[in-house]
Amino acid sequence: MCRLLNQFFTVTCFACFIFSATAQKVSLLKIDELENRINTGKDTTYIINFWATWCTPCMEELPNFEKLNNEYKKEKLKILLVSVDFKSQLTSSLIPFVNRKKLKNEVFFLDEEDQQEYINRIDSTWSGAIPASLFIRNNKRKFIEGQLSYSALLHEYQTL
Amino acid sequence: MKLFLTLFLAATCFVCTAQVNTITPGQKAPDFKLENIDNKEVSMKNFTDAKGYIIVFTCNTCPYAKRYEQRIMELNDKYASAGFPVIAINPNDPEVSSGDSFDKMKDLAKSKHYKFPYLFDDGQVATNAYGARNTPHVFVVAKTNGGNIVQYTGAIDNDPEDSNPNKIKYVEEVINSLNKNEKPSYTVTKAIGCTVKRKS
Repeated sequence: MCRLLNQFFTVTCFACFIFSATAQKVSLLKIDELENRINTGKDTTYIINFWATWCTPCMEELPNFEKLNNEYKKEKLKILLVSVDFKSQLTSSLIPFVNRKKLKNEVFFLDEEDQQEYINRIDSTWSGAIPASLFIRNNKRKFIEGQLSYSALLHEYQTL
Repeated sequence: MKLFLTLFLAATCFVCTAQVNTITPGQKAPDFKLENIDNKEVSMKNFTDAKGYIIVFTCNTCPYAKRYEQRIMELNDKYASAGFPVIAINPNDPEVSSGDSFDKMKDLAKSKHYKFPYLFDDGQVATNAYGARNTPHVFVVAKTNGGNIVQYTGAIDNDPEDSNPNKIKYVEEVINSLNKNEKPSYTVTKAIGCTVKRKS
């Protein structure tokens, strides 16, 4: 009986381990927190991609961000994938998608109510359409609205 | 070397988004002649009794347009009789977005009993004239002695999820001001939604 219990625990623990190793976390993020993180990042380059699971061009460019992260992981580069999905679809769409795709970049859900306000805080030229990406290092900043190919993304990263 | 450079430049010329210039408040609102879901042509000038118009570029497929559909219907219910009817225009090219074909528009308008025109913008003529960027994208227009003048461009309200009881209903506020002959307190907001699907 004891051995059986022991085996049961081993299996459960193993299952837990597998699950935690593959399940990506989606943290809720406020604009203040995002700004804070960027401001304390020193010479790190941040690429912040705004996307949603319902946005087809976002889905097409998402692998480019994963590829850039993978190829330049030795450099001071942080890619933050910030979802602007509907909050009511957080658990039904966003989290299952992120887990299925096994995304390596950090994934956040932008937890802000008034889009008119946060859009202007991110960039006053942003129309609000996604995908959109913000490139930041120290006081250098570039905002691009629209889909980026891998070469375009790499170019923006290397020329910031 | 020259060829290499040219190739390199070609490869790095990437973000090829069409330049869209959205019409701004104070400018004249261009009239249009577009086919409605009942196959009849509709122009602003057909509405002889109107004091103005709520022109909404919206579509069948965009999740934001779907969330705002009921609110667009309610705007028409509330303001058509007060002189500001809704005119909905689908800006998407059906070759790029097959769910926004003229037939699919007819199906949707029929099933939801739209009481306002839902126009098909063949060749994206009105879409380009107004510089509609996203769906939904609203243009509130007032009839004045100087013609049809754009008063407001942007979003319907600041709460796409329709979950905030204290939301700011931009379009309603603008029309309430216009009905009182006052200057609207909002003239431009960001039209949050899906990018207009343009012919590539």
